Amino acid sequence: MGFPDRIERTVEIAHPPEKVWAALTTAEGLGAWFGDEATIDLRPGGAAQMRWTAEGFTAEMRVERVEEPRVFGFTWPVYGLPEDDPRRTYVEFTLEPAGAGTRLTVVESGFAQLPEDVYHKAYDGNTEGWAKELGELAAYLDAA
Amino acid sequence: MPPDTEAVAEQVFTALADPTRRAILAALASGGPATATDLAGRLPVTRQAIAKHLALVAEAGLVMPEPGERRRVRYRLCSVPMQVAQQFLAALARDWDTPLGALTDHLDRHA
Repeated sequence: MGFPDRIERTVEIAHPPEKVWAALTTAEGLGAWFGDEATIDLRPGGAAQMRWTAEGFTAEMRVERVEEPRVFGFTWPVYGLPEDDPRRTYVEFTLEPAGAGTRLTVVESGFAQLPEDVYHKAYDGNTEGWAKELGELAAYLDAA
Repeated sequence: MPPDTEAVAEQVFTALADPTRRAILAALASGGPATATDLAGRLPVTRQAIAKHLALVAEAGLVMPEPGERRRVRYRLCSVPMQVAQQFLAALARDWDTPLGALTDHLDRHA
């Protein structure tokens, strides 16, 4: 299986988790290092938006997990897919204290999920429903 | 077995690796559905060769023949496998190293 579903990076940061948390979860922080402008409603289900002005690109995000100051997760669209495509990848930042600093891990998963049309083509009747449910279960477990 | 994303993406990348098939798919993407004869008028390839390639990419599910009389069958591009291939590329194109570097710099500047 070579289709990359999951991307993972870990970095050691010489600042305590509280500082890193603020950079990851506030509009001011996100706008300073990630995008050029950001808005965020920091609660599960809350909307966040990141804008890159030079590229004229905006990413609509949905906050999924907020466990200050350890876990912050959101979903966003898969870059390059049409705007109305329901597929989204899940991004989760995990912050662990490491000495006086923080070990920050980012995992983005869901690149290998199947579009629904592929299921519809390949399955009839009950098996189709099962494939879909199992896909959702797998996505849920990946995200958890 | 469900069709796995890898197999679908592989079909797309295999098709795109061949210059004639790439030209055919590009012509269908830019100009919309077309017959083998239409495509032969636009590409420096014989109608027979185009028909053969169209049959191969149709078999792989990348194009879909529209119902019609045999020599007038128009082929249209299927977007789903292309989107699966695009997901693959999205994973390769996702750059976390640059933003994580920017995060570290940001925190160092504002310590």
